[in-house]
Amino acid sequence: MKTLMLGNDAVARGLYEAGVSVASSYPGTPSTEITEVLATFGEVYSEWAPNEKVALEVALGASIGGRRSFCGMKHVGLNVAADPLFTASYTGVGAGLVIAVADDPGMHSSQNEQDSRHYAVAAKLPMLEPSDSAECFEFAKYAFELSERFDTPVILRMCTRVAHSQSVVETGERVLPPIIPYKKDIAKYVMMPGNAKRKHPLVEQRTRDLVELAETSPLNRAELGECREIGVIASGTAYQYVREVLGEGASVLKLGLVNPLPEKLIRDFAAAVDTLIVVEELDPVIETHVKSLGLECRGKDMFPLCDEFTQNLIAKVFAEHSTSDNCQLSTVNSQLELAEPIPARPPVMCAGCPHRGMFYTLMKNKVTVLGDIGCYTLGAAAPLSSIDTTICMGASISGLHGFTHAEGNEAAENAVAVIGDSTFMHSGVTGLINIAYNGGAATVLILDNSITGMTGHQQNPTTGLNIKGDPAGKIDLEALCRAIGINRVRVVDPYNLAECDEAVREEIAADEPSVIISRRPCALLKTVKAKPALCVSAEKCKSCKSCMKIGCPAISMKDGKAAIDGTLCVGCGVCTQLCKFDAIEGVQA
Amino acid sequence: MSETKNIMIVGVGGQGSLLASRLLGNLLMNGGYDVKVSEVHGMSQRGGSVVTYVRYGDKVYSPLVDEGQADYILSFELLEAARWLSYLKPGGRIITNTQKVDPMPVITGATEYPADLEAKMTAAGAEVDAFDALALATEAGSSKAVNIVLMGRFSKYLDIADDEWQKALEQTVPARFLELNKTAFELGKK
Repeated sequence: MKTLMLGNDAVARGLYEAGVSVASSYPGTPSTEITEVLATFGEVYSEWAPNEKVALEVALGASIGGRRSFCGMKHVGLNVAADPLFTASYTGVGAGLVIAVADDPGMHSSQNEQDSRHYAVAAKLPMLEPSDSAECFEFAKYAFELSERFDTPVILRMCTRVAHSQSVVETGERVLPPIIPYKKDIAKYVMMPGNAKRKHPLVEQRTRDLVELAETSPLNRAELGECREIGVIASGTAYQYVREVLGEGASVLKLGLVNPLPEKLIRDFAAAVDTLIVVEELDPVIETHVKSLGLECRGKDMFPLCDEFTQNLIAKVFAEHSTSDNCQLSTVNSQLELAEPIPARPPVMCAGCPHRGMFYTLMKNKVTVLGDIGCYTLGAAAPLSSIDTTICMGASISGLHGFTHAEGNEAAENAVAVIGDSTFMHSGVTGLINIAYNGGAATVLILDNSITGMTGHQQNPTTGLNIKGDPAGKIDLEALCRAIGINRVRVVDPYNLAECDEAVREEIAADEPSVIISRRPCALLKTVKAKPALCVSAEKCKSCKSCMKIGCPAISMKDGKAAIDGTLCVGCGVCTQLCKFDAIEGVQA
Repeated sequence: MSETKNIMIVGVGGQGSLLASRLLGNLLMNGGYDVKVSEVHGMSQRGGSVVTYVRYGDKVYSPLVDEGQADYILSFELLEAARWLSYLKPGGRIITNTQKVDPMPVITGATEYPADLEAKMTAAGAEVDAFDALALATEAGSSKAVNIVLMGRFSKYLDIADDEWQKALEQTVPARFLELNKTAFELGKK
């Protein structure tokens, strides 16, 4: 059947048809939908794990146990899962193991722009890179076959534009592979030094075998056209942009297996064209390989290292460097322009977001805030501007411990860590253990909105529901913090500003470690009923703009008076607590 | 080979551009075209400026629409139409809701919402069809149906039979909202 599918849906469909039995992942844009879609298939055991390391170990365990398994994550998640990744390369698999990692060139929803291909090179693992949904589907299916044939985990490299683009896919039926019974094999699966030492040469031989495959695999194809003045090597979205710009007549070596890379195929292609150009987003991984073969090629001297590519960018670069009139090149149209600047529209905390009240409290008390990864990172935006650092999952709590130990650091006297419920489960809890164990006195705020918000509402160990929305084990955050050794644990409602203020002041002043759990479910959850919208009495409003300090998108100044947008307001009432003139009232007509 | 056509759907995160792009995707795929639709998820959805690309033709390569390429820009909000103006092809058409949603720099008073954007976009060379889609959506029964009102208006510019649109609506919109959205579509078309 022909269907228009998101790249991530297509990966899930391919995995499903290839007989995947177990999927364990941690959500992360742009990878999340793969596992969400797998969870809709009754035959697949799927779960959200607390973090990517756990997820990959679950998937590896299932693979050793003899079932085709899957683990998905975003690029920075692979940093967390790197530990099992490198050794899984040595053990190899029982049944097939596929790992999807989604890069985010252009950083649409990420804190860095790392290129995951380096992991495939470093861990010596085969990596497939699809360039549209049809390839997502085919490559995902094929990845299991490859995994079992070469006894290796296989990485499927996605990127935002492939993961979140829809194109046409021809789907089929699920075919269950023969069951691979578990076989005890200490030499294969127990990676103590003696065994690992014997394994390493096998990994190197596997790479040589995979290079042989790369030479002849239909995933890598030299598409020689009429234009031979230039020959382009590309994979993933870059291939699509190149075809768009250079047309059908161009000569392109399209790579689907991006690690290990072929040698002879590249040499033959280089010999058939005048100038070899590698077009790749982010780092010069293919270019470095081509140059290591002693071939002349161009690449990052023409194309940027930073940001994602577009067809115009590629057309402009080729136009600048083109030496020939024989090769077709799409033209870049002139652009319409407005004379005046257009105000930016950055993402904001939603109206009624439970994080807002707590960030207002932190701003008011001039607290230094070590932040973390989630919706609440938006607390760094004006007018709240109350986050000082954001590094990676969990870094708020551990970073705060270090920050308080930086000698002569006066800001440490009035500093807290801020972390969400899901991120705390992911890797915040270890930082809190460190504080308790090493006698710190830091204050940690867990912003518990009862969901993983930024990635689009995934359940986590604190919500009491599993990936399918069924009842599940529920971590008691208060009990967990106490068990770690934190005596001062209190819960506040972030819609109550006085309560937040009191808690923040008291806990920062305390000379022992403390945890404030700021608890209220995300205002966008379907289970949360919005209250009637509030409105401003133009008579009572003195235009003092106190209500504007919380940066609520529903409040603006209209004709000199504060006004509330009734289509956005959910009646949280935080603004009413800021108005000295009781001008914000009642139900909006 | 026919040229690839480019549509952009722009608006403020949360306004329903994903459903609109999926409706167009289904409509065009049913029509036998190769189709690519590119969406934005995650951080950018939180009340920020969002853009979705829909491309169709005999063979579509890039999933993106770039500056100077859009045949149509469908906009949920006036400022967003203006923001993406440079993506319009010379002679391209903007179909926009006249609703104004203040962005944070306007809310905080750091800057003002630009005035007379319709006239300015027209002066810059765009064909502009601006109308109050929010009022029509509300009339249909929900302010959230702006996306389908816009689709109704857009249907006037595409050479695609009405029953094809109805089929795509049935494919894309959840059953319980179908009647409301069909009404919204008809109101937009008028």
